[in-house]
Amino acid sequence: MSDRHGVDRRGFLQCMAWGGTGLLWSVVGGVPSSRGIGATVAEAQTPASAFSFVQISDTHIGFKGEANRDAMATFETAIARIKALTPRPAFLIHTGDISHAQKPGAFDVASEALKAVGVERVFYVPGEHDVFADGGTMFLERFGGGRPGRGWQSFDYGGVHFVGLVNVLSYKSGKIGSLGTEQLEWLERDVSGLTSSTPIVVFAHVPLWAVYPQWGWVTEDGAQALTYLKRFGSVTVLNGHIHQIMQKVEGNVTFHTARSTAFPQPAPGAAPSPGPMKVSPEELPGVLGVRQVTYAPGTERLAVVDSSLA
Amino acid sequence: MSTSGHGKWRTLAVAAIAVLLLGASDPAPAQAPVPAGPRVEIHGESYDTPDLTVTPGTTVTWVNRDDDTHTVTSTTDVFRSPGLDTDETFSYTFTQPGTYTYFCTLHPTMTGRVVVRSGS
Repeated sequence: MSDRHGVDRRGFLQCMAWGGTGLLWSVVGGVPSSRGIGATVAEAQTPASAFSFVQISDTHIGFKGEANRDAMATFETAIARIKALTPRPAFLIHTGDISHAQKPGAFDVASEALKAVGVERVFYVPGEHDVFADGGTMFLERFGGGRPGRGWQSFDYGGVHFVGLVNVLSYKSGKIGSLGTEQLEWLERDVSGLTSSTPIVVFAHVPLWAVYPQWGWVTEDGAQALTYLKRFGSVTVLNGHIHQIMQKVEGNVTFHTARSTAFPQPAPGAAPSPGPMKVSPEELPGVLGVRQVTYAPGTERLAVVDSSLA
Repeated sequence: MSTSGHGKWRTLAVAAIAVLLLGASDPAPAQAPVPAGPRVEIHGESYDTPDLTVTPGTTVTWVNRDDDTHTVTSTTDVFRSPGLDTDETFSYTFTQPGTYTYFCTLHPTMTGRVVVRSGS
């Protein structure tokens, strides 16, 4: 593994080999036949073809408020939906607020439950709920192994360059999500050697664009990060935090926020304040969900498909 | 019937210890006795009295009435509540004059301040 890319393609495959139970067919891109785990890395590095991955977000393990008395049950439903996906996703991305307010044991509960999905890797970035009590110490110990800086990461998979950013560690009074100078400099270096035709996927908890600054739904230096990505022909930005689907297209950059698996929040400005929104038990599954993202070489944009838990 | 002063003190001391033990054994902050003094309610992602002036020695209590978790965190690390779930409280006694600004680390657009000055 290189410092620049927390997990490169080779490293990823090696990790999978060590995992021992990998479905290697999904690695080489939807080839409808499985290979033994003994297949060599060279064999696996055939030209990239289509693959998919899943974004799950805002699981808030430990939440017991009125908006969802059993966030663990809806989380389990989400896992069942992911397990049923065909073809199987190559990996998962969790875009933060794994726990609700760092409840004891929540990180272990979430990561153990997600093992049931049967993918070899789950990539985590923290939400503010995962770091507010200790500045991210527990999160980094649990999920940040080997990463540079304070948990940001990048890796290559199937011809796509993935970047996981951390924008919840600089929360200050009255301030909003931010990346900070050190991470911005790392990002600039990280993508500097890539050709502009490389598809880029960026994932982070708080939206990188100004969804609704009045409610803190913005990353104050997100625009700076995007200047490093402007030259690329395909940039997909995946965020969580606001517990609802929103999309925006800006040049070659498409922004997507995801549903939570725990509880919805009001649309921007539709309520006096953000926060858990109570809906009827019948309506709840319809406003929670997970997302599958598929990349097919030769297409400009990744296909993003959101599924509710209804 | 009258009891000696000594006996009364002993009774009070036993009662005080019982209260302490009950308080110590209760894991839910919401159940702990709430001190007298001004209260700041957290409701709708805001502190309902964001600007409060008290005299030195005053204990201020915050109580969370939201469905979400909030904190009361000094911007200068003077005090720092844990995550407060619905109906949980946090109290702090201000002994020194000054202006104490605070915010919620989970929702940093929530801010407030306590001004401590002698009531002369």
